[in-house]
Amino acid sequence: MKKMFSITALLFLTIITTAQDIEMADGMKANGKIYVVIAVMLTILAGLVLYLVRLDRKISKLEKINN
Amino acid sequence: MYKSWWKILAVVLLVYTFTAGILIEVPRNPQLQETIRNLFFHVCMWFGMMILFIISVVHAIKYLRNGKHVHDIASRQYAGVGILFGLLGYITGAIWMSYTWVDSNKSFYDSFDSIAREPKLIGAAIALLVYAAYLVLRDSINDMDKKARVSAVYNIFAFAMLFPSIWIIPRLLPSLHPGGSEGNPALNFRDSSMNMKLVFYPAIAGWTLVGVWIATLKIRWRLLYEQKLMK
Repeated sequence: MKKMFSITALLFLTIITTAQDIEMADGMKANGKIYVVIAVMLTILAGLVLYLVRLDRKISKLEKINN
Repeated sequence: MYKSWWKILAVVLLVYTFTAGILIEVPRNPQLQETIRNLFFHVCMWFGMMILFIISVVHAIKYLRNGKHVHDIASRQYAGVGILFGLLGYITGAIWMSYTWVDSNKSFYDSFDSIAREPKLIGAAIALLVYAAYLVLRDSINDMDKKARVSAVYNIFAFAMLFPSIWIIPRLLPSLHPGGSEGNPALNFRDSSMNMKLVFYPAIAGWTLVGVWIATLKIRWRLLYEQKLMK
């Protein structure tokens, strides 16, 4: 019984420690540099959306001329 | 710009996806690590593709029922954007798997032969090729009415091919891709956590709305173009 208990305890311990061993971008979040990535991604998104909006406006204008 | 509230909604949802998608806590998975965040981008491409193909087949059926030319154009353009989303899903999947599926003792090129046998990849390739044939078929017919009718019928066939190629067969065969026999990929509970779902569902809506936006622009452009041809 005692052996069983210690084995399960060991098992849980390894699971917990391996969970912490998994490398994630914790450092990037700790020093805030992850926001740089978000800034870049949002800039690209903004560029693409602006392009779509301009295209939309142009097509609307053409539709107005045609009708 | 007309009817612009859902366009604004699409942009808001994508801004949310891009910020919350990077910042939220995600489960620590030894194989995926931070790449689990690709759920908000790679998986959404496939969801967007499926929704756009559904809109496309609905327009195809509408065309066959009432013969209005607008539905033919809509069907073609939604299929086009759907194929674009599918290709983006395929490319992003290729990048993702080359970091998570490969045997770490071998180079990517050496372990490629086992990856290339993935039923999910083959199924998705078949589905995209069937839709690519739709574009080829359309352009090979000169008569406008015949083109519209034949391609509407083929569109329904192509949609039917999605069932075996991406929804059934990949679930029957063993695969490295999540969501084989254990349920739907990305939708079952073990693939993601609760707060990932808070970003995942808005992300699907945002990406799909952008796809619809592009498709409506192309439809309006095509209508103008054909008005010009008629004159």
